[in-house]
Amino acid sequence: MSIGYFPGCSLHGLSREYDESLKAIAPALGLELVEVNDWSCCGASSAHSSSHLLGVALPARNLAQAEDQGIAEVVAPCAACYARLAAARHEIAGDATLAGHINKVLARDFRNSVKVRSILEVMKGALPAIGSKVTHPLKDLKVACYYGCLLVRPVEVTGGYDDPEDPSSMEAVCKAAGATPVKWNRRLDCCGGGLSMSRTGSVVRLGAAILKDAKAAGADAIVVACPMCHSNLDFRQKAMAQRGAWDGEMPILFLTQVVGLAMGLDAKALGLGRHFVRTDSVTTRPAPVAAGEVG
Amino acid sequence: MARIGVFVCHCGENIGRTVDCAKVAELCGQVPGVVHSVDYKYMCSDPGQQMVKAAIAEKGLTGVVVAACSPHMHEKTFRRATAGGGLNPFLCEMANVREHCSWIHEDRDAATVKAVDITKTIVEKVKRNVPLSTIRIPVTRRALVIGGGIAGIQAALDIADGGREVILVEKDPSIGGHMSQLSETFPTLDCSQCILTPRMVEVYQHPRIKLYSYSEVESVEGYIGNFKVKIRRKARSIDEDKCNGCGACTKTCPNKKIPSEFDCGLGKRTAIYVPFPQAVPNLPTIDRAKCLLFMNRAKGRPDTCKKCAEACSKEAIDFDQVDRFVTEDVGAIVVATGYQLYTIGKDQAKPNIKGYGEYGYGTIPDVIDGLQFERLASASGPTSGKIQRPSDGKEPKRIVFLQCIGSRDPQKGMDYCSKICCMYVAKHTMLYHHKVHDGQATVFYMDIRAAGKGYDEFSRRAIEEEGARYIRGRVSKMWRDGDVIKIQGFDTLAGEPIEMDADMVVLATAMRPQPGIDSLAQKLSVSYDQHGFINEAHPKLRPVETNTAGVYVAGACQAPRDIPDAVAMASATASKVLGLFANEMLEREPTVARVDESSCAGCFHCERVCAYGAVEHKEIKDRAGNVLRVIAYVNPGVCQGCGTCQATCPSKSVELAGFTDEQIWSEIQALGV
Repeated sequence: MSIGYFPGCSLHGLSREYDESLKAIAPALGLELVEVNDWSCCGASSAHSSSHLLGVALPARNLAQAEDQGIAEVVAPCAACYARLAAARHEIAGDATLAGHINKVLARDFRNSVKVRSILEVMKGALPAIGSKVTHPLKDLKVACYYGCLLVRPVEVTGGYDDPEDPSSMEAVCKAAGATPVKWNRRLDCCGGGLSMSRTGSVVRLGAAILKDAKAAGADAIVVACPMCHSNLDFRQKAMAQRGAWDGEMPILFLTQVVGLAMGLDAKALGLGRHFVRTDSVTTRPAPVAAGEVG
Repeated sequence: MARIGVFVCHCGENIGRTVDCAKVAELCGQVPGVVHSVDYKYMCSDPGQQMVKAAIAEKGLTGVVVAACSPHMHEKTFRRATAGGGLNPFLCEMANVREHCSWIHEDRDAATVKAVDITKTIVEKVKRNVPLSTIRIPVTRRALVIGGGIAGIQAALDIADGGREVILVEKDPSIGGHMSQLSETFPTLDCSQCILTPRMVEVYQHPRIKLYSYSEVESVEGYIGNFKVKIRRKARSIDEDKCNGCGACTKTCPNKKIPSEFDCGLGKRTAIYVPFPQAVPNLPTIDRAKCLLFMNRAKGRPDTCKKCAEACSKEAIDFDQVDRFVTEDVGAIVVATGYQLYTIGKDQAKPNIKGYGEYGYGTIPDVIDGLQFERLASASGPTSGKIQRPSDGKEPKRIVFLQCIGSRDPQKGMDYCSKICCMYVAKHTMLYHHKVHDGQATVFYMDIRAAGKGYDEFSRRAIEEEGARYIRGRVSKMWRDGDVIKIQGFDTLAGEPIEMDADMVVLATAMRPQPGIDSLAQKLSVSYDQHGFINEAHPKLRPVETNTAGVYVAGACQAPRDIPDAVAMASATASKVLGLFANEMLEREPTVARVDESSCAGCFHCERVCAYGAVEHKEIKDRAGNVLRVIAYVNPGVCQGCGTCQATCPSKSVELAGFTDEQIWSEIQALGV
């Protein structure tokens, strides 16, 4: 299946491994990623917090680019990009005045025809494919699936592909990869989002609570599907240690990396060496199970 | 030759301000066939009506046109006056020059011209009116009450005490409904069972009430005064005539671990069971989905366990019983099917959203709902009235109540207020305080809605005298840490986040109609709203009638109701039913459709468009009894006179009395178009 791909700034920068791992597993999932031509900022953070119009017009521009390319649906792996694109589509669809205004701003005839999918929605749809391609099931790997704020909320914008308060799609994907999701309490808590630089103390406090709870639930690693969550939980573990809020080393994995590992892909190809907290405990686990045993 | 009288009303200033009534009377007086035309300030007043009566006698009128307000307002008044003058009342018609003219226009000259036009059309119609007489249909003076909760019980008792027979149908093995599950009731804290069970027994012993428990309405045919109801008596696997209710069977049943519906899953029951000790009728029922014998039969295996049959000295157990059907003739139906609680995580109004997953209902055992707390607090409950939490049986020292769970939440598909929760939560905090003296009850609320006699005083008492701590705000999530429930919320009055520990949490979940209400409503041809609550005929003036004549509604199947409301509604339906049953014959407007039997081709387009199911098939036979043709027949008892069949009939074989094609055409032609 061909699907539009909107990487956004993170997947070409800080979270390059998210981009690498997604591209590495896409063929096995039957996904042909078609990158949106000349994509620009999604409108998250500074744009949408300073101007509502800018926060809608920027994602609308990207959707218009995709529309011109003949893309029917686009996947935005970054949760913030997904939220902006999906929110813009939702707002424009329900407000004819805004739609007219946006067309004027974009100086083109934008029909708002492109559907926006989150990575979770796409992976959930590819569950049978994932199941059939797993050669190295992550047996005995206990994972804490962390959704954060925007992947499944608000339900009006997401269309309700998963429950906004008790989601299950990430657990389903991890199970398909052979891992064991743990039951824990902070799956939907705030990671501190964009306050990483401006209010590091808050990010340390919130992040440490998430890490501790995952550890208490027996998780070997936390699985995320958002570059911001990843950065706050991975990169900031050192700051947490310095401030005495956290003293462990919890590997933080992208969902795409988990699936890639279960498919037997090389850790390097999945960008697992790019993390601040080492992922050896996950990648150098006891000998993988033979392919024949996989159902 | 027609001799029509026209009476133009000023309606004080209502019409007179924008319409020159004297001129209307003058111009209408020039219309051929009009022999008398006058105007008057208040035509509906007694002198006005006298003018009509006098003119009929003096001028020998053959028809009366009153140019005034809407027929909804005063048609009855003037038809009565016409009849008083010695003329058939259906020879009088209203020309609506108020709602259709004076109220909606400003230009006096143009409005006057329009008023003349309106009046002229009605004059032309009345020239072609024929005398009609009221239809009289017989009434079967027995009532059906559907639902044996407090509303159904009250309605049945009131009707039966009024001297009429009642058929009471209850789908569960016992009557009593949700009220039988409650511990105490607000705002007086009187014991629910103590006030309910005598009423249940009264129903059972009443000579004029026939109770069908463990039964459901299968189909309904007919119309007001003449319903035919088919009732499915579900097989309870017990011979009701032989069983003496000794209870030996339930004691011997080996399958004792089935969650009890009556105790909301907090207690257990056997496969052959009586839902609760005070059940009416006091007869056991075999739950075939849980009984070993029937489970084996379903798998094609031989019968194994027959312990209940062995224990029964009356040979009342009948494993081969099948569902039976009975048909009852009734003249009126009361729907009182009650409510269910919003089931978190299960059956949702919006199926893709589980609803409040953040509260852990179903995964944290000490998070329960309001009815479950009632069972814990009830002396007849699984803990004999001791407040013990389900997980470890410990007495919770910190209990938290969350209001508006589902209610007032459009995202969960229920934007309405469930009305009873503010009061029962206040009651719960009191019951808790009375039983756990050193415990602390905390309530998270959105508003306190305590409108009702003694209600606000009651909720104030919970706060001021019984130590309940009320926090205005919502809880965002709850999780389990060891044996403690962690609560994270927001205090909107203090404007700050709040975290606390609790030993048990009670969710005040929304009231929803019973499952299956939609199919029952369709059987009865009554409408229901988007939530499934039955619609009343008028929200203010006809609160217990439905849009189908002869079908009434009481209690929480119409909207969230507390006990006093449900009982008041039930008594209101009983008074409506008894009013209907006051006469042997029912009078109906004669403006119904009639089929011309000579020209009807039997295409039954009329049957397909009739919203009321009034069109029947009629066989035309020769003298030898051979069927020659099958044609349409409109049942005058069911027909509502809407005229859709008349407009649909391709051969113009249906005519609506009082609104024939000829009359409508003459009205149009009077406009000169």
